[in-house]
Amino acid sequence: MKGESVIKVENLTKTFGDFTAVNAITFEVKAGEIFGFLGANGAGKTTAMKMLIGISTPTSGSAQVAGFDVFTNPENIKKNIGYMSQKFALYDDLTVKENITFFGGIYGLSRSKIKEKRSELVAELGLGDIINELVGSLPLGWKQKLSFSVALLHSPKIVFLDEPTGGVDPITRRQFWEMIYKTANNGTTVFVTTHYMDEAEYCDRVSIMVDGKIEALDTPKKLKKQFKAESMNDVFLKLARSPIDN
Amino acid sequence: MSISVQNISKSFKDKTALKNISFEVKEGELFGLIGPDGAGKTTIFRILTTLLIADKGTATVAGFNVVEDYKNIRNHVGYMPGKFSLYQDLTVEENLTFFATIFGTTIEKNYDLIKDIYIQIEPFKKRRAGKLSGGMKQKLALCCALIHKPKVLFLDEPTTGVDPVSRKEFWEMLKRLQQKGITMLVSTPYMDEAALCDRIALIQDGRILQIDTPQEIIKHYPKNIYDVKADNMFKLIEFLNEYEYKYSVYPFGEFVHYTDKREDFNPKELYHFLEEMGAVNISIQPTKTTIEDTFMELAK
Amino acid sequence: MGNMKRFIGFIKKEFYHIFRDKRSLFILFGMPIAQIMLFGFAITNEINNVDIAILDHSKDATTQEIIHKIASSKYFSIRQLIKNESEIEAVFKKGKVKAILIFEKDFSKNLTKESNATIQIITDATDPNTANTISNYTNSILQKYQQEINKNVKSPYQIVPETRMVYNPELKSVFMFVPGVMTIILMLVSAMMTSISITREKELGTMEILLVSPLKPFQVIIGKVVPYIFLSIINAVVIVLLSIFIFKMPVQGSLFLLGIESVLFIITSLSLGILISTASATQQTAMMISLMGLMLPTILLSGFIFPISSMPLPLQVISNTIPAKWFIIILKGIMLKGVGLLFIWKETLILVAMTLFFIVLSIKKYKIRLE
Repeated sequence: MKGESVIKVENLTKTFGDFTAVNAITFEVKAGEIFGFLGANGAGKTTAMKMLIGISTPTSGSAQVAGFDVFTNPENIKKNIGYMSQKFALYDDLTVKENITFFGGIYGLSRSKIKEKRSELVAELGLGDIINELVGSLPLGWKQKLSFSVALLHSPKIVFLDEPTGGVDPITRRQFWEMIYKTANNGTTVFVTTHYMDEAEYCDRVSIMVDGKIEALDTPKKLKKQFKAESMNDVFLKLARSPIDN
Repeated sequence: MSISVQNISKSFKDKTALKNISFEVKEGELFGLIGPDGAGKTTIFRILTTLLIADKGTATVAGFNVVEDYKNIRNHVGYMPGKFSLYQDLTVEENLTFFATIFGTTIEKNYDLIKDIYIQIEPFKKRRAGKLSGGMKQKLALCCALIHKPKVLFLDEPTTGVDPVSRKEFWEMLKRLQQKGITMLVSTPYMDEAALCDRIALIQDGRILQIDTPQEIIKHYPKNIYDVKADNMFKLIEFLNEYEYKYSVYPFGEFVHYTDKREDFNPKELYHFLEEMGAVNISIQPTKTTIEDTFMELAK
Repeated sequence: MGNMKRFIGFIKKEFYHIFRDKRSLFILFGMPIAQIMLFGFAITNEINNVDIAILDHSKDATTQEIIHKIASSKYFSIRQLIKNESEIEAVFKKGKVKAILIFEKDFSKNLTKESNATIQIITDATDPNTANTISNYTNSILQKYQQEINKNVKSPYQIVPETRMVYNPELKSVFMFVPGVMTIILMLVSAMMTSISITREKELGTMEILLVSPLKPFQVIIGKVVPYIFLSIINAVVIVLLSIFIFKMPVQGSLFLLGIESVLFIITSLSLGILISTASATQQTAMMISLMGLMLPTILLSGFIFPISSMPLPLQVISNTIPAKWFIIILKGIMLKGVGLLFIWKETLILVAMTLFFIVLSIKKYKIRLE
């Protein structure tokens, strides 16, 4: 497919007491790929992602992200990735401009670089009129597009998106995906977690996690073929055929 | 009419939540409010469940006015708010008993109504609600909202954040409840759930875009949609947007949904255009319209 | 009939919440015991075996006798004898010695010849309370001694000041703290816990379901309040029992009256709690308002720690609006002075009026809808 692997995960496991949240998962993500990381709530997606972005130490296994080991070098991982989550994105009580300046600052960008990036963003997203407005007053769709751009400020090798488009209107959602395509086209790897199965159809490849294990991993097209399903939603239904979870 | 909403408007401070909303739900109907977050769905629910008073307009539920007869409504409706509002520190059984008690009934009295759903969570009846999975919380919340045999059931985003299996099961449960004569108003941000309702209202920014059966709504879509595909998605979208006759271009999973301005659109012309631009592995196929296409067309 | 069943079901649910939340159980039962122990044993104005040093320039019979008297009292123990003034600084700096007594030269001679001898008391005032108490205790020992010798000398013109502490003759500080601690705990348990438990329902969204149910708003409120009345009464009883049996504090007045007044104050606090919950949307806000808006004024302005009479006038006026002030007066009256309702009817009436005011206000502010 595309270039070299930027995420390499082998038998990665995380246990909490006697509960195994992530059970020996193995996969690779290539540079410039859009990788969908799917699973129901509680399947272990968030735990797995926390290990990959260097904020949680795995129990066993190995993983390299952007060329750095998650056990020995989590600090370097953080410098080379961007992260955006639906829950926390930007500060509502700061203006658009202040948010950009602040996040540029914590990613270690110089003053002139921040200014340059800011005018880029203003042009690209059409922020001209709202640059001095509080982020809290913007519509949800705007906030999400903006926080995605902020996560890309320091030109990371990989960007992790945690449930980025939940609840957004269909048009904004598509604009968001166009941004993702563009990012991937520029060579940045995009790692998306989601429980919206139709979102999975947009990804180059997807993995589906069930109860801590990766139960399926391929392109959406091949998965649909393999499971004789019409949509990714059907794939999921066929995969998780246990009516009562506990 | 089980629910009747006429010219309702509502603002919070300087933000308009609802602009002149009207719709009606017939007895025994499963009616869906389909729209993204912030469209005003929850505000409609709160007005109909007597939790909020509209600035303008009138509404009745089960024949009672939502402002003057609010006490009667509170006796006759079931309400499942957005987040499954359960007592996390009470067990499954205790939650259900509690809601039965405050509605002046018992689990036994209305057991036939919830039986289908309750037997699925009964093995865990001694477990605290906080320790249940999303799907099980959703089922318990539904049992609690049903326990007093309401005439009208309000379900505010009951499937949000729940896995596809539970979502599917949940809609099957609603269908069965409908057969028992309960009128239901359901909201959801998932466009694909719209097809499961008898009638739907598409709603965005506090305005109703269209009300009809899902089939009629799709039928009224004015254009023919084509699935377009090529190797580089980003480039493909860029090329399509440059095409002078394009009407709309939306990424749609592994395809792009394309519509043309012309009545006599010939896909071959587009194929040649894309080829000239340098796209590879091009495919253009007519495809079925979805509710989401309609929604985007109306919200444009 | 149906209504009663609903109501009992509601109260049952409240007790489940309380007994399943370890944090609230701790606040309910751990806190009162911890606080009363803390105030009773650790924070105290009494002194015991305080280390002092002596600098005796005259070393005669009288000074020996006084030193002996001081040494034999349970308040002081003589840690060291120093030889001249230059050592004072060093001794204090070590930190053990809290006071130094300096007898002037020819103490005995001066006392008998000129009936005027000087003892200098130097105290370490880094802890002003202790310093003050040390100097008071020393003075009283010296006065006693003076009385004894005056009896022999029979000097008719000697005026002997005598201080007698009434109501708390042993100056036991725990007696002073019990009413205050009890007030704070009842306030904390009643106001904070009810406001938190009501706002928790708002946060969870369960309040929406309760509102869209046949339960009447006042049933919800009363249902929230009843368990805490019950628990607060248990708390009050625990505190009184602790003070009687562990700190040997006598309750002079009627226990019955004490009970009634406590229930009154509990209701005052509960109505404040409901009022707070109508004004806050989250548990966190409710907690902040309870702590900053109720606890701090209760501790600082009720006369519990700082005497109201020594406050600046504006604060004295404000202190009148604090229910705790009146309850502390009532408690001290009943527990320490043993007075009956006849002497505290005014304070009681003020509390009743405040309670009614809060209840009316919270009923007015309580929303039957979300807005």
